[in-house]
Amino acid sequence: MTPWAQAEMALALMRCYPVGLGGIVLRGRVGPARDAFLRLVAKTDTKQAKLHPNMTNDALDGSLDLTQTLSTGHIAMHAGLLTKTDHLFTLAMAERTPPYLAARLAMALDAGEMRGFIALDEGADETEGLSPVIADRLAFRVDLNGIAMGDITGTPLPASGPAIATPDGLAEQLTLLALRLGINSLRAPIFALRAAKAHAALHGRSTVTDDDVGAAVALVYAHRATQIPTDDDPQPPTPDTPPDQSGPSTQDTQIPDDMLLDAVMSALPAGLLNQLQSGAGKNGAGAGSGKLILGNRRGRPLSPRDRTARKSDRIDLLGTLRAAVPWQTLRKQQTSTTRPVIRPADLRARRYQNLSDRVLIFAVDASGSAALARLNEAKGAIEILLSEAYSRRDHVALISFRGTEAETLLPPTRSLVQTKRRLAALPGGGGTPLAAGLQAAMILAQATQKRGQTPTIVVLTDGRSNVALDGTGNRAQAAADATDMGQQIRKTGIDSIVIDTGARPDQSLSQLATAMAGHYIALPRANAERLSDSVSSHLMA
Amino acid sequence: MKQPFPFSAIVGQTDMKLAMTLTAIDPSIGGVLVFGDRGTGKSTAVRALAALLPPITAVKGCPVNSATPADCPDWAHVTGKTLHDVPTPVIDLPLGASEDRVTGALDIEKALTSGEKAFQPGLLAAANRGYLYIDEVNLLEDHIVDLLLDVAQSGENVIEREGLSIRHAARFVLVGSGNPEEGELRPQLLDRFGLSVDVASPTDIDERVEVIKRRDAYENNHAAFMLRWQAEDAALRDQILGARETLKKLKTPDSSLRDVAMLCLKLGSDGLRGELTLLKAARAYAALRNDTALTRAHVGDTAGLVLRHRLRRDPLDDAGSGTRVTRIVAEVLDA
Repeated sequence: MTPWAQAEMALALMRCYPVGLGGIVLRGRVGPARDAFLRLVAKTDTKQAKLHPNMTNDALDGSLDLTQTLSTGHIAMHAGLLTKTDHLFTLAMAERTPPYLAARLAMALDAGEMRGFIALDEGADETEGLSPVIADRLAFRVDLNGIAMGDITGTPLPASGPAIATPDGLAEQLTLLALRLGINSLRAPIFALRAAKAHAALHGRSTVTDDDVGAAVALVYAHRATQIPTDDDPQPPTPDTPPDQSGPSTQDTQIPDDMLLDAVMSALPAGLLNQLQSGAGKNGAGAGSGKLILGNRRGRPLSPRDRTARKSDRIDLLGTLRAAVPWQTLRKQQTSTTRPVIRPADLRARRYQNLSDRVLIFAVDASGSAALARLNEAKGAIEILLSEAYSRRDHVALISFRGTEAETLLPPTRSLVQTKRRLAALPGGGGTPLAAGLQAAMILAQATQKRGQTPTIVVLTDGRSNVALDGTGNRAQAAADATDMGQQIRKTGIDSIVIDTGARPDQSLSQLATAMAGHYIALPRANAERLSDSVSSHLMA
Repeated sequence: MKQPFPFSAIVGQTDMKLAMTLTAIDPSIGGVLVFGDRGTGKSTAVRALAALLPPITAVKGCPVNSATPADCPDWAHVTGKTLHDVPTPVIDLPLGASEDRVTGALDIEKALTSGEKAFQPGLLAAANRGYLYIDEVNLLEDHIVDLLLDVAQSGENVIEREGLSIRHAARFVLVGSGNPEEGELRPQLLDRFGLSVDVASPTDIDERVEVIKRRDAYENNHAAFMLRWQAEDAALRDQILGARETLKKLKTPDSSLRDVAMLCLKLGSDGLRGELTLLKAARAYAALRNDTALTRAHVGDTAGLVLRHRLRRDPLDDAGSGTRVTRIVAEVLDA
């Protein structure tokens, strides 16, 4: 199936069974393929409504129509968009959906009130995308990037068919396959089952055939897969799973497992493995520069918040007046004035949101072993990163650890010159107090967090930790201390990257990165340029 | 709209189902917090809860579901004195809800059209004597959390607005669900939940298949499916009602009190709230099992639900609080 045919099929299946299948995530930037698909959607006979990530609750659930009410003298309401139950909803710029909207839409999807849902996800790279709260509730995902102009056709498939009974053994098969592909959510097999039946109905069949299952599996499982199953590992990879009892019964059914796997494999997007690695981190909310912070001083304006909480809040004049208007009839009965009466309860505060600055904290191993091997290369890499940080207006801090302790060479700064000078003067030699270096980096990171900045720790080391936290030269204790410190860093939720500068990749360092829930980069023969490229690709959005 | 998926038809997730059943037996245990991955049946369980709960007797027309005409708040102007059975309310609190919507506010319609001062009750009023459910509770905005903390503590909702001073009872069981990957819960709010449950997708294949099959039957064979499981739900409801009676006569030996105190001391859980909740939960559990006296086994079985979220975090302990509770429970109770 070409990507376009898949897109078409997903749309047709969704229209067959909108309540059961949720909808489609349409991943891709604006372009002819997206336009063509949306034209196709427009040609369907369902009524349609558009949603936008910045929609307020009033717009979704309905609210009082002030103008209308005041002019007519009796109550008039705006109908909320989500109250239109028999519509097909399109969510534009879905990757910008804020958490509360995602939760509200998930509620609507759970209630089964929509006749289909299409999320237009324009995320620029793998770290940016539709909130998983919604994505998990939509059966299909179509990637528009692979669509060729020649494949595009203009007529939507019909969407109707007879009701179909569930064949025996299909549920078992779909569940097993989901496990082998590392799909944990139970919504996936449910969606696949429904999609298979909808596919059969679409083709006017009264039973589910291989074709139907293959198509369903390709459409529902491919983008959810988190691992590629291997043939020599037919057992599901979950360690707690008891030996598979239902094995023989699945073989009795008419559809061989291998065929289903082929269907998924052929539909797996390219670069899946890269994606798997990058997706293994923690909460994927962050993207681009720093985290979102709310404040009342600067940034993008948000909807005003009820009343002023603090003295420092700025008053939103329009919002306040709007809040006061409905009560005027009432208040004028109590006072004799003709002017508008504003009460403290009407006051609305302004709120803004902006991206906080990012701070890159370099913890550099300047021990004897590292100095011999790669200290110069590490320095070169940092210099390249510095110039990139400068162009992104990031702050930079520098910590070195050698001998028995760590030293903060440079507190967070934007001064490129100063950083370069300190870096050039950094001597090498002595033991490797890795734990002390991590501790210093964590303390500095937490301090910057308190100032409202978003820190990222970059550790450059060859991993031969041999000085413990208390300064004694005990190799085993030193390793244990480093792991402990790594776990503490994970608890703080600070992003981290571990760069292995040893001559050979060191197993213990990738374990340290796991403990820190950070990325591990081992480039034994890298030059400075490649090292910095790989760091940037992890940081950039 | 279709009837919600029946509670007893939910496959596995015994901890979550037990926690919800215990709060149905004794609402004073406090709320339930369900944390876990996507697609594990969190929302399904809460939405199914409404059908399971025994009905409550309330004054007809009372906005806060008062049990007797004397309890009806003045501002509601309830004139009728007739009582009727209503389903236990399970109220959804959406994330973006405004403060007015939650606490209630002046009735804007009456103010505009007739210049009349009247109170329009909010979600807290509707949830009185029932359940308040917050999906994605960890993403709830801070000012709404503050509000809930206050009301959940005092059992009373107080509104001062436009020279209007209104208070009404707001006693409800707080049920929250969320995905820990998307953010942590404030410790103050965490404290307000009596029980906490971690859910995960079942790892057993047969169990997973069963989930899919039941879901499929629910959709395609709706009438037969509901008939089969509504009977189970009714049996569970009777069991809950029976347990409420048993609870009244349940004996609590001093040795159990000692066990509870020892456990909390050993685990270093903050405050007495943990002890009290553990005692209540263990009693409700004993009543559910239709036992006449509280025993060590009851305490042991419910300790995890009650204490897991009350421990101080140990940043170096990777295994999580659950295993720590299990270990200490074994140490204390087997001694």
